Amino acid sequence: MTSKLANGGKGEVLLEMRGLRIEGQADEIWHEIVCGIDLTLRRGEVLGLIGESGAGKSTIGIAAMGFTRPGCRISGGTITFDGIELTSAPEETKRRLRGSRIAYVAQSAAASFNPAHKLIQQFSEAPVQHGVLNSSQAAKDAIDIYHRLQMPEPDSIGFRYPHQVSGGQLQRAMVAMAMACKPDLIVFDEPTTALDVTTQIEVLAAIKDIVHQFNTAAIYISHDLAVVAQLADRIMVLRYGNLIEEGETRAMLDRPEETYTRQLLAVRSYRRDESPPTKEDPPLLEVRGISAGYGPHIKVLDDVSVKIGRKRTVAVVGESGSGKSTLARVVTGLLPPYQGEVFFKGQALPPSYKNRTQDQLRQVQMIYQMPDVALNPKQKVRDVIGRPLAFYLNMNEAARNRRVSDLLEMIELPADFADRLPGELSGGQKQRICIARALAAEPELIICDEVTSALDQLVAEEILKLLQRLQDDLEVSYLFITHDLATVRAISDEIVVMLQGRVVQQGGKTKVLTPPHHEYTELLLSSVPEMDPDWLDDLLEKRAS
Amino acid sequence: MKDFIKLMRSSPWSARFGMAVIVFYIAIAVFAPIVSSYGETEIVGSEFEPWGGAFLLGTDNLGRDMFTRMVFGARNTIGIAFVTTCLAFLIGGFFGLMAAALGGLVDQILSRLVYVLMALPPLIFALLLLTILGTSIPILIVVIAVLDSTRVYRLARAVAMNIAVMDFVEVARLRGEGLMWIIRREILPNSMPPLVAEFGLRFCFVFLFISALSFLGLGIQPPTADWGSMVRDNATLITYGDVTPLLPAGAIALLTVGVNFVVDWFLHKTAGLRDDQ
Repeated sequence: MTSKLANGGKGEVLLEMRGLRIEGQADEIWHEIVCGIDLTLRRGEVLGLIGESGAGKSTIGIAAMGFTRPGCRISGGTITFDGIELTSAPEETKRRLRGSRIAYVAQSAAASFNPAHKLIQQFSEAPVQHGVLNSSQAAKDAIDIYHRLQMPEPDSIGFRYPHQVSGGQLQRAMVAMAMACKPDLIVFDEPTTALDVTTQIEVLAAIKDIVHQFNTAAIYISHDLAVVAQLADRIMVLRYGNLIEEGETRAMLDRPEETYTRQLLAVRSYRRDESPPTKEDPPLLEVRGISAGYGPHIKVLDDVSVKIGRKRTVAVVGESGSGKSTLARVVTGLLPPYQGEVFFKGQALPPSYKNRTQDQLRQVQMIYQMPDVALNPKQKVRDVIGRPLAFYLNMNEAARNRRVSDLLEMIELPADFADRLPGELSGGQKQRICIARALAAEPELIICDEVTSALDQLVAEEILKLLQRLQDDLEVSYLFITHDLATVRAISDEIVVMLQGRVVQQGGKTKVLTPPHHEYTELLLSSVPEMDPDWLDDLLEKRAS
Repeated sequence: MKDFIKLMRSSPWSARFGMAVIVFYIAIAVFAPIVSSYGETEIVGSEFEPWGGAFLLGTDNLGRDMFTRMVFGARNTIGIAFVTTCLAFLIGGFFGLMAAALGGLVDQILSRLVYVLMALPPLIFALLLLTILGTSIPILIVVIAVLDSTRVYRLARAVAMNIAVMDFVEVARLRGEGLMWIIRREILPNSMPPLVAEFGLRFCFVFLFISALSFLGLGIQPPTADWGSMVRDNATLITYGDVTPLLPAGAIALLTVGVNFVVDWFLHKTAGLRDDQ
C-alpha cells in the first residue's frame, strides 16, 4: 500500500520507519505502545498522524528524531533519516541532527519557552549552537521568518519575553524557532490543541504557509481530523499503536475504508433539535445584571443576564478570557459578584455558597473540565457517589448501595465499578462518575464547565449523548459552558455568546446559528474547522477579500 | 498480604537492611527484661569492669551492667522519641492542614507564629525551656514536640496547599461539607506520602536531639538508661583506648541509617521517581 502511495509523492524518501516497535514501562512491566509501524515520508510532504490518546502518535512523532520519552525504549524495527539509521546511531550523531535537520514543535508553547529569555535569543540558540549561523545573522533570519509568519510587528516582537505575547503568537514564535536552521523535517505535536478556534486559524495558516515556502517535510500530529485535513497530503489513522488506515487526504475523506475512520469523520455530526421554549415565570435560574471579578480592579463580567428554563440547555460560548467560567463561579457562589443577583425559582440566592442552605446547594451541581482532578484519587467510586446521598438525603448504607448501583446503571457503567478507585478508570469513565455524583444530589440544574474538552472526540460524543438522555429522563436543566461550537450545535436549546465579559448575542439555537449573525458570532462560527481539505484556503481567501 | 510480599520482593537491599535494623531494635525494646540479665538500675559489680565473663560488655561508671543498660536504653530512647514525633506530627499536621484549608487570616496568624518559633535555634530554646520547666519526661516530650511541630507544620501546609485548590476539594466545599470533613477525608489522604516520609526523618532528628540533650544533662535523667547520657557517663574510658562509650553512640547511628534507608525507598516509591530521570 505504501509503495503505491509513494508514487504520487513529491521528492526522494527522507524518513523511513520499518516495523517500528516501542515499549513503555509501567509497574516494572514493559508494554508495547507502538506495534510495528511502517512510515515513509518524502521531502516536502506533510504527513498527518491522527488518533485518540494512547494511539502512540506522539511516541512515533518523537521517534522520528531517534528519541524516546523516559521509561520507553525502541524494541524493534528501523528508523532511517536521510540514510542515517537512528536506532543504532551514536548519541552525538543524533544530537547534531536534532534542532538543525529535524525540529519539534510541542503542544504547549507557554511551557516550552524559557520565561527568562527574549524570543529572539531563544530563536538564535539552535542555529548558533549548531554552528549554522552567528548570532547577528540569526537575529536577521528571525525577523525574516517572523515576517513570513505574518506576526504582528515582526521587527520588534522578537525582543519581547514569552509572557508579553499572546498564546497564538507564542505558538507561531515556536514554529519560527523550529524553522531557524531550515530543517528537512518538522514534527508538529498537537500545536493548536490548546488554542481558541479563532487563534487556531492564524497558527494553521502560518504553518501551512511556511512549510510550503521552505518545502519542508512535516509530521503533523493531532486528534482532530478536520485540522489535519487542512495541512496533510497524506494521513495515517492510528489506534492502540496499530495502523488502522493510510491514504491520501482527499481520498480518505471521500472514501474511508475502516469503520474507525468513518466514526472519526462523523464525529461532529451529532445534532439535536432545539426544544420549543417554555413559558414559565419565574424561570428555574435567572442571573440578573451580574458584574464580577477578582480583586477590586479586575472586572471579568460586565452586566451579564441569563435565564434558564426547566429541562432546557443553555450553552455559554466564548474564547478563553471571555468570562464564561467566572459566570459559573458566580452561580455556584464561589465568587460573590460586585453587582447583580442570582435567582433560583424566583428566590434570590445568597451571593456566597457559605451562606446558602444545604437544599440550595443540592439543587445546583457542577461537573468539571478535568475529571482527573475533580475526583479524589483516594476515594472509591462507591464513596464518591455515596457521599451526596448520605449528606443531602440521609440514606443509610443499604439504601446508598442500591442507589449507587442504580446511578451506575444510569451512566452506563457496570455495577462492580463501585469498588474501583479513580486511577483505575479511563478519562471518559471518570467523567461519567462525575456526572453520577452530580445526579446523586438530585439537582434541578447542572453546570457543565467544558465537560468534554479534555476527552477524545468519540468519548466526548458519548458523554454528550448521555447528558442528553439524562435530561430527557430526569428533566434537569444544563448550563453548558464551552468553547467548542460543535458541542453547542449538538446539545443546546439556547446560546449565549460572550466576549470579554459581555454577552454579545443570546437567543434560541436556530436563531443564533442562522444568519445574520453578530459579527463576533460569525467569526466564531466560521473558525470551526470542517472536514474539507479546502476549508482553510477558502476561508482565508474569503476573509482577505 | 500478597501485595506486601510483592512489595518486599521489589525492595532494594538498602531498604531491606533498614527494615531488618528497625525490626531488631523494636524486638530488643519490647523484650528488654527478657534479653537482659540484670535490672536496669541495679549495681552488679565494680566500676568499669572489662568485657566478657558475667558482664558481656563490661560495667559502667557506677558498676551497672553495660549490656543491660544498652537494652533498656533502646526501650527508653526509642519510646520517648516515637511518642515525641507522633505528638509533633499531630500538632504540626493538624495546624498545617487547617491553615491550608482555611487560608486567609488563620493561615497568616499561624504561619507568623511558627516563624517566630523557628527564628530561635531549637537546641538553645529547648535548653532554656527545660531549665525553666524542669526535666521530667512528659515536659521533655512536650517541649521537643512543640519545637519540632513547626517543621511539620511548614511541610503539611505546603503539601495541603496544592491539594486544597483541586476541583474535588471545591466539590466538597460546594456540597456544604464542614472543615473537619474536608481536612480529614479530602486533603489528608492525599498528603500522606510526603508526611509519612517526613515522619521517618523527623524521628531520627528527635532521636538525635534527645540524645544531645541527655548528653548535656537536660534530657532523660539518671538513673533511667539512655544512650545519650550513657556516652557522657562513660566518656572517660575513651582516654584509655576503650570503645565501650562508643557502643551507645553506634546504636544511635545504626538506627538513624536504617530509618533513612527505609524512608528513601518509601519516598522513591511514592514520588514515582525513576532512575533514568
